Amino acid sequence: MSLKRPAKDQPKNFEFNSSSLEAANKIISKYPKGKQQSAVMALLYIAQKQNNNWIPLVAMKYIAKLLDMPYIKVYEVATFYSMYNLSPVGKYFIQVCTTTPCMIRGAGKLVEACKEKISENESELLPDKNCSWMEVECLGACVTAPMMQINDDYYEDLDKEKTLEILDKVLKDESPKPGSYRGRVNNEPENGRKTLMELKNA
Amino acid sequence: MLKDQDRIFKNLYNDLGSDLTSAQKRGDWINTKEITNKGRDWIINEMKDSQLRGRGGAGFPTGLKWSFAPKEVGSRSHYLVINGDESEPGTCKDRDILRFEPHKLIEGCLIASYAIQAHVCYIYIRGEYFVDGQKLQAAIDEAYEKKLIGKNAAGTGWDLDIYIHYGAGAYICGEETALLESIEGNKGQPRLKPPFPALIGLYGCPTIINNVETIAVVPTILRRGGKWFASLGREKNTGTKIFCISGNVNNPCNVEEEMNIPLKELIEVHAGGVIGGWDNLQAVIPGGSSMPLIPKEKCETLTMDFDSLVAEKSGLGTAGVVVINKDQDIIKCMARIARFYKHESCGQCTPCREGSGWMWRMLERMAKGEASKDEIEMLGDVTKQIEGHTICAFGEGSSWPVQGLLRHFKDEIKKRNNFDPIVKETQNIPYLVDQHLLDKNA
Repeated sequence: MSLKRPAKDQPKNFEFNSSSLEAANKIISKYPKGKQQSAVMALLYIAQKQNNNWIPLVAMKYIAKLLDMPYIKVYEVATFYSMYNLSPVGKYFIQVCTTTPCMIRGAGKLVEACKEKISENESELLPDKNCSWMEVECLGACVTAPMMQINDDYYEDLDKEKTLEILDKVLKDESPKPGSYRGRVNNEPENGRKTLMELKNA
Repeated sequence: MLKDQDRIFKNLYNDLGSDLTSAQKRGDWINTKEITNKGRDWIINEMKDSQLRGRGGAGFPTGLKWSFAPKEVGSRSHYLVINGDESEPGTCKDRDILRFEPHKLIEGCLIASYAIQAHVCYIYIRGEYFVDGQKLQAAIDEAYEKKLIGKNAAGTGWDLDIYIHYGAGAYICGEETALLESIEGNKGQPRLKPPFPALIGLYGCPTIINNVETIAVVPTILRRGGKWFASLGREKNTGTKIFCISGNVNNPCNVEEEMNIPLKELIEVHAGGVIGGWDNLQAVIPGGSSMPLIPKEKCETLTMDFDSLVAEKSGLGTAGVVVINKDQDIIKCMARIARFYKHESCGQCTPCREGSGWMWRMLERMAKGEASKDEIEMLGDVTKQIEGHTICAFGEGSSWPVQGLLRHFKDEIKKRNNFDPIVKETQNIPYLVDQHLLDKNA
């Protein structure tokens, strides 16, 4: 179990803008009538996207009202799942996977890089930098380990040097290209591929 | 090695493109109608003949699972739910299906929905796979546009709607009942079974839950016949499987291979060998982090399927093979896995919530050599108190890797840990064992 605390400074108001509301209504329509509570996870995510990567308490109240469910149920969901940020994380939220498959391929070096470039501590938002980093559990890209996620994108096959380069770009507000940083194609073996050769050469 | 023509996922490395036209060239969506016209019983029987076992970890026979769905649809509609909450460390196979072979999955959803009489299918994808989920959504939109799903899907006369539901970073939601709770908009905490989801599942309705890979192989099995699938691998462990080989190998990769393939062949042929050579191998986790590790001596002759791994007191799980060489500290590796489970426990059952943290803290100390020798037995005891005493299989998943470490690397831990025991034993009673059970035996 992990602990999550809502931020101390909370905004007073929150409501969906028109594009968020449109997306929210589309999601609610996916579920049977009367089961609109199913949309709570997606709506929290939309709120997070709209509110610069974090969810204030007023947004939970707003969603509770929208879905006609108790506020505490929304709060429960928001605190249970690790992808909901309850305090500001910056425009670029960097998550470094350090679970065993990444660890044994050198995820520690990626953590070092984050400490050098961003901040000494995890989840620390420095006033002059628009990003923060944290260690997370398995992100499901073990074959291209070590890797990290910045907002929605995966950056794979990294080492310290390449991580520093990516972080430099992020700090300059540029978007580095996601994917493998050793130039490999998807999850195929880098050299000496033995299967589906005809298709490769086709 | 499996012949290329027997591989189901021809676009595993995206050589060919994942769009509908390319997928159709590979044989997807051709005559789906003819398959469904043969009827539900034929489909379910063919699945039984193929002996396909679920690819999500537990290995439950798929045909049998489908046959549990009520034969007649009553007042409660049926649901099909696809489990794409792939979060087991060492596993990244479903992601490649979502982004490169989405049409195999969508067609599989249609056939499975027809077989279990569901008109709505939810595909649950872990939130971190947002970009890959968008690719699946594009494929779903394309399928709607070409009338392959929706009303009278692909001319089968069956109506089907497919929706994606994103998770938000909770490993436990890969447990089928926790996944249902999550779709219903609750915390992902598993339900007690029975009632089983096949009778009371999503919104209290009959629900069949299958892994992404399981459903994606269905169309090919039905086209080529259950007998063809059963001819690969061996009895009760049939067909092909995507193996994810990660860790200390030269070329980590995903590869589709026949069941019962020797582990050594997987590592040496496909993954380019262990870093530092085969002799530098220390241990292998054969099926994702919750399966006990296998030491090098046994890796020599081990074959990869459900039953042969159970015989080695491990399991095939999701077939996420994590190779650990001698440059790594094996206790530290397992301590990190224990930390994973401590972080991911949903907190519903006390043995798991508290025990996962205990195991992690003890292993961290043991990695540093700050434990006493009697604590090794104590750690084993803690794992036994968790295993079998929780609502879902997370208890087993978190304690098995620790048991595997104790089974094969006890000497290593003993060598490193020399602290004085805090409690001097006068009687040989294992810590934490239920006293009344001992008294009964006396």
